[in-house]
Amino acid sequence: MSTRKNETMVRARINGEEVAFLCEPRETLLDVLRNDLELTGVKEGCGNGNCGACNVIMDGVLVNSCLVLAVEAEGRSITTVEGLAAPDRLHPLQQSFLEHAALQCGVCTPGFLVAAKSLLDHNPHPTEHEVRYWLAGNLCRCTGYDKIVRAVLDAADKMDGN
Amino acid sequence: MQAFDYIRAQSAEQAVALLSQAGDHARVLAGGTDLLAQLKEGRRKVSLVVDIKFIPELNELCYDPAEGLWLGAAVPCYRIYNNHAVARAYPGLIDAASLIGGVQIQGRASLGGNLCNASPAADSIPALIAHAAICQIAGPAGRRHVPVETFCTGPGRTVLAAGELLVSLHLPPPRPGFGAAYLRFIPRNEMDIAVVGSGASVQLDERGETIVSARVALGAVAPTPLYVQEAGAALVGRSVADAEAAIAEAAGLAQAAARPIDDMRGTVAQRKHLAAVLTRRALRIAVERAKSNLSGAQQ
Ligand SMILES: Cc1cc2nc3c(=O)[nH]c(=O)nc-3n(C[C@H](O)[C@H](O)[C@H](O)COP(=O)(O)OP(=O)(O)OC[C@H]3O[C@@H](n4cnc5c(N)ncnc54)[C@H](O)[C@@H]3O)c2cc1C
Ligand code: FES
Ligand code: FES
Repeated sequence: MSTRKNETMVRARINGEEVAFLCEPRETLLDVLRNDLELTGVKEGCGNGNCGACNVIMDGVLVNSCLVLAVEAEGRSITTVEGLAAPDRLHPLQQSFLEHAALQCGVCTPGFLVAAKSLLDHNPHPTEHEVRYWLAGNLCRCTGYDKIVRAVLDAADKMDGN
Repeated sequence: MQAFDYIRAQSAEQAVALLSQAGDHARVLAGGTDLLAQLKEGRRKVSLVVDIKFIPELNELCYDPAEGLWLGAAVPCYRIYNNHAVARAYPGLIDAASLIGGVQIQGRASLGGNLCNASPAADSIPALIAHAAICQIAGPAGRRHVPVETFCTGPGRTVLAAGELLVSLHLPPPRPGFGAAYLRFIPRNEMDIAVVGSGASVQLDERGETIVSARVALGAVAPTPLYVQEAGAALVGRSVADAEAAIAEAAGLAQAAARPIDDMRGTVAQRKHLAAVLTRRALRIAVERAKSNLSGAQQ
């Protein structure tokens, strides 16, 4: 980072841990997650809200971290893709993405995983139609989406069995 | 992004004081889905960003069947459509709130921001006009109220004067026999900017036989969202049994009122055509919703 003026201390809960960081008001949450907190699972695709690669869950709500200021995170709780897996086991969505080959280059995958987690948190039994609508804000240049949709539906079924 | 200061305002009065002091270079932040994209592109110059979404009044979502809906300017879309009582009472508003962007945008985007950004194609504005919303504005001289159809004055321009802030929207309570709808045309199913949008509402008499009043508004066919008063007036006194003829007339008037431009999203001819088609369809839905609502929107 170049010289910073005007820095503010921000305290937030990220993937379950209390974190404090310094940032300038003009930095996005995406910038800070990637550059300062080394949570590089969060990707920048477009930087303007159109692709979903930067998706995180903030206080239970799915948002594009490229359109959130890092200072807005003060006092909030944030989940990134790094917060999905248990220490010894992938999240069922991650496992399902692997089994269904729901990724190629993988740059969109963290965003899709976080978006899908948010969907299943709100609606554990989505229809295919609901999955497609919920994921409409996530773009993938490689897979053609179908395998992603199958992976999410299958994960929903399997999580139901738990 | 350019450097700026950030302040979380605690009250509307504090926000007004900050905005008045900082003048032209201060900007209000609600969900940021327009503002942050604009700042990144360098389309706006700011030295101060005033975050208003932690002000309780701007976060209020309060529906009373007798009093109507108070909608804080910073309430994000998802809170609006997830509220079942509001969803039942204000179907046109819900049509619009649930198609702004995708879920990630709806988690942040507010209708206050949609309105203050004043895009001619903003989806919520024709719906708010159909629902006869009133804007409450706070400023250095106190509070004032304006009907939503007069809020936008040009692309990106509004009636807000220096130091003023949109606090909330008030929507009158729906009476039995009220129905509303918003439709837009885009080339895909979601995540796009309206080529044309149409919001409509009708009020039937208590027996559901006659149209007592109606409102029609268009998006993306003029420099501002357009309230087409004459289209609503054409429906007044018409029989519901024969609504199709009245609706066709209203759709013709909406088409005549549209003054669109040619751009990458559509041509003048296509937009004029769409203004009629969407108005006809929105009115049909509004009438159907009104008929199914004769026993009252209240629960
Ligand atoms: C990917 C994407 C898809 C989108 N899709 C749509 C769509 O389908 N339909 C649509 O209509 N829009 C769409 N938008 C635009 C945007 O999301 C909406 O206009 C949204 O409602 C803006 O609300 P906000 O709370 O994010 O506003 P902000 O970005 O916070 O603010 C918008 C503007 O209004 C001002 N402002 C905000 N609140 C107030 C207030 N209370 N008083 C005074 N000034 C205020 C701000 O200073 C700023 O200039 C989309 C945007 C993105 C990035
Ligand atoms: S990088 Fe945030 S939506 Fe594309
Ligand atoms: S796997 Fe390459 S963009 Fe989705």
